[in-house]
Amino acid sequence: MNAKLEKLKNISHDPYQMKLLLNNIKKFCLTVLQIAILIGVSYVILSPVIGMFVSSISSDKDAFNPMVFVFPQFPTLERYRLAILRMDYWRTIGKDLLYTLSLTLIQVLVCSMVGYGFARFQFPFKKLLFACVVVMIVIPSHTIMLPLYLAFRQFDPLGIMTAITGGPINLMGSPWPMYVMSFLGCGVRAGLYIYIFNQFFRGLPKEIEEAAFVDGAGVWYTYFRIMLVNAMPAVITVTVFSIVWQFNDTFYSNLFLISGDVVISKKIATLQSVIANEDKILSVTIQELYLNAGIILVLLPIVIIYLLLQRYFIEGVERSGIVG
Amino acid sequence: MKKRKKRLSLQNKRMLAGYLFILPWLIGFLVFYVRSLVMTGEFAFSTLTFDTQNGGYTLASAGWDNFLYAFREHGTFKQILTSSVIDMLVDVPLITFFSLFMAMLLNKKFPGRAVVRAIFFLPVILSAGAITDAIEMSMKMMQGGVSGQVAETAAGATSSLAFDVDYLISMFLNLGLPASLLDYIAAAVARINDIIAMSGVQIIIFIAALQSIPSSMYEVAKIEGATGYETFWKVTFPMVMPHIITNVVYTIVDKFAESEVVTLAHEVAFDQYNYGLSSVFSLVSTVVTCVILVVVCGFIQKKTFYYN
Repeated sequence: MNAKLEKLKNISHDPYQMKLLLNNIKKFCLTVLQIAILIGVSYVILSPVIGMFVSSISSDKDAFNPMVFVFPQFPTLERYRLAILRMDYWRTIGKDLLYTLSLTLIQVLVCSMVGYGFARFQFPFKKLLFACVVVMIVIPSHTIMLPLYLAFRQFDPLGIMTAITGGPINLMGSPWPMYVMSFLGCGVRAGLYIYIFNQFFRGLPKEIEEAAFVDGAGVWYTYFRIMLVNAMPAVITVTVFSIVWQFNDTFYSNLFLISGDVVISKKIATLQSVIANEDKILSVTIQELYLNAGIILVLLPIVIIYLLLQRYFIEGVERSGIVG
Repeated sequence: MKKRKKRLSLQNKRMLAGYLFILPWLIGFLVFYVRSLVMTGEFAFSTLTFDTQNGGYTLASAGWDNFLYAFREHGTFKQILTSSVIDMLVDVPLITFFSLFMAMLLNKKFPGRAVVRAIFFLPVILSAGAITDAIEMSMKMMQGGVSGQVAETAAGATSSLAFDVDYLISMFLNLGLPASLLDYIAAAVARINDIIAMSGVQIIIFIAALQSIPSSMYEVAKIEGATGYETFWKVTFPMVMPHIITNVVYTIVDKFAESEVVTLAHEVAFDQYNYGLSSVFSLVSTVVTCVILVVVCGFIQKKTFYYN
């Protein structure tokens, strides 16, 4: 004890050590503050998820018990059973994942191609056309929703459909409009992806390409086998963004009236009323427990995919061109 | 003599290949964007009758009627538009600074950084479309009734339990801080949930920006004896300035895509079948967004410092 006091005395006499001590105290306080902020913000983000999870496993008794907080007394999986049944979960989620992943694949392919075209080739009007890409990012998609609706309501590209079936066909209610749009580089936030790929390809050294060219590789071979492989961080970035935004997209699925059997986001919207009507569960509090279970079920696959990819993703973003 | 086939020069070949690469997008842009924009403009000046049987439609020229109706007679359009714009102007600086601040915290090395970064990306997943729609929908369906009461009691409970904000505000007022600034901050704190939910992508962009700053700059600043405060304003801030534009543009576009105006336009078109009016709403809000974008970006661009 005395030794410690002695030490403190020494420190207070020596101005240099005093400064060091003060600095250390300052550093410690700052660290504590930072940790507090991070924990606080993380809590704000996580609390709705925790709340949803808790209510999705609590039983009827817990729902009406004011003493229950965070840990339900009689946890149950009943909510999940009924939610899975009423949403036809496995079939729908399978179809939705197929839909999302195939669209993501198309998006990545098309957008990387376009980005590569802008990054590496010189052609007339290039600057103007790239400005159009930026315009695409900026224009809110609701501005063009009516013409899009009409275009796919009477889908008749160049009169081909009229020639085959004798009239324009109605693509509403099917996922085809989304495929057509993604294939033509205008899918969900495609402008942003083209921008990312363009920035990234521009940052790659030209020598790789020249070497391939000298060795006799064609333009397409170079693109597929060399550039795309080198652009892996950008590919991962765009893949994650695309999966998340496609899966969560309600704008286009509402616009094209895509059926709830393909996009689960539509089923979750009506889950509560379906359960209320079919299972005669009249208490709103109980209905909400089922809704929460449904939301957790819908979030689960996307969170799993995100967790699998996020390590590459955070690294990918740092190196890809999103920062302009 | 046309024996010798004219061969393309390498330059022309590359040019053609370039066009081939961007061809899908070019077609898509012309078909979906250019055509759609022209059509939206056309709709705005006409009355559109939709033929539900065959899926066709007829246009009757209406001149400026739709615009006049939207601005002079429509009950809520002007109000919603102004509130959306004000909302956006309030939120953009908040989101930008909050995400810059969070990115600086997350950029430091600390144990468990990967987990925290993963948590910070969660709002992008959570806040987007599907989930919020589901919650909103169930709210709408069950409005009034028990859930309304529950929500009310819950709100009452939190406000009585929560920390007394009024006391703090009056304290700062007594210190002589301007009331408008305090209102702004109080409103921001009250909506911390929304702000966090909307800054997921921005935080990631800023983290990437911060990592691209050469560490030698910080070393120089340290050797020259700059304090942390000076280092932030003289090194970090100018270096992330270009990315602030990216973020501001992203935030503005994102906010507008989710604003009430879009919902209104959607409702008018698909619930009331008034396509002309809906087009007017879309066009007006787009023009407003673009004007705001140009003004804001022009302003920031002037102050921006480009390293290269």
